[in-house]
Amino acid sequence: MAWQWFHRLGSPKWFYEKTAAWLPWLGFISVTLILAGSIWGLAFGPAEAKQGNSARIIYIHVPTAVLAMAGYYVMAISGAIGLIWRMKLSFMVMKAAAPIGAVLTFLALFTGAVWGKPTWGAWWVWDGRITSMVVLFLLYLGIVALQGAYHNQDTADKVSSVLALVGMVNIPIIYKSVDWWYTLHQPATLKLTQKSSIDPSMGYPLLLMILAFYLFYAWVLLLRTRVEILRREQKTNWVQDIVAKG
Amino acid sequence: MKVAFQFADLQAFLWMDGHGPYVWACYAITLAGLALLVLEPRFQRKRFIKQQNLARRRAQGSNER
Repeated sequence: MAWQWFHRLGSPKWFYEKTAAWLPWLGFISVTLILAGSIWGLAFGPAEAKQGNSARIIYIHVPTAVLAMAGYYVMAISGAIGLIWRMKLSFMVMKAAAPIGAVLTFLALFTGAVWGKPTWGAWWVWDGRITSMVVLFLLYLGIVALQGAYHNQDTADKVSSVLALVGMVNIPIIYKSVDWWYTLHQPATLKLTQKSSIDPSMGYPLLLMILAFYLFYAWVLLLRTRVEILRREQKTNWVQDIVAKG
Repeated sequence: MKVAFQFADLQAFLWMDGHGPYVWACYAITLAGLALLVLEPRFQRKRFIKQQNLARRRAQGSNER
């Protein structure tokens, strides 16, 4: 009885049908919040005392970086569930999460570099935070490459899940890098357990953007997983019905 | 906490005391990246359905012969 939901969740057909209703909501709410947060941060939030207007990049730099890391957990844990319980659906989620994570990591690195130029005077420094984010980017690309490298989908899923799990050691390294190697990158300004060192006038729009990016992530992860479901279940009658309808 | 428009006019908003090009470049590339994440699965879905329909028609064609 208690396991029933777990098995149903593992059914690609059930998942595909259930999530159809969530998509418009997730899309609408996340896009609205991203727009609102961007306008707030760009036009109505204050300029930072030392960095000036370049600090407005924080409203996209931090959310993309947060989701790049959170997305890695999603990918690695989905892979682990697939390996342990042989759940087909969770392998599909893992595969879908890899390119999304790669794009988000790229955006975090790009916005960081552009923010670095007027603030640090350099586009790029090989400091701990940036280097470990490059490693994260390569891990994501590695999973994408492994998924394309095998004819047998089962092998591809297992191999990429193992790589995703091994790569998980990198996440706490990224997180702690600004404390361990105190170089150019500023430490976290938003904190859960202590008082944040960011002023509320910048903290609120930033929190709004992080929330918006979480919802956006859920949206695009579902979109991608659903295409993967169609591909892998293409021989079933219910997918053929969808194909026939166009 | 005061929330008010921070710039004198539109030009000042776009220029941002010289930081404008950096800030707008970041927002533009992020917009492009997010748009890619939303649009790509839609294209993939369309392509998949097209391929499946093509395969189905081919299979039907060979049955008739």
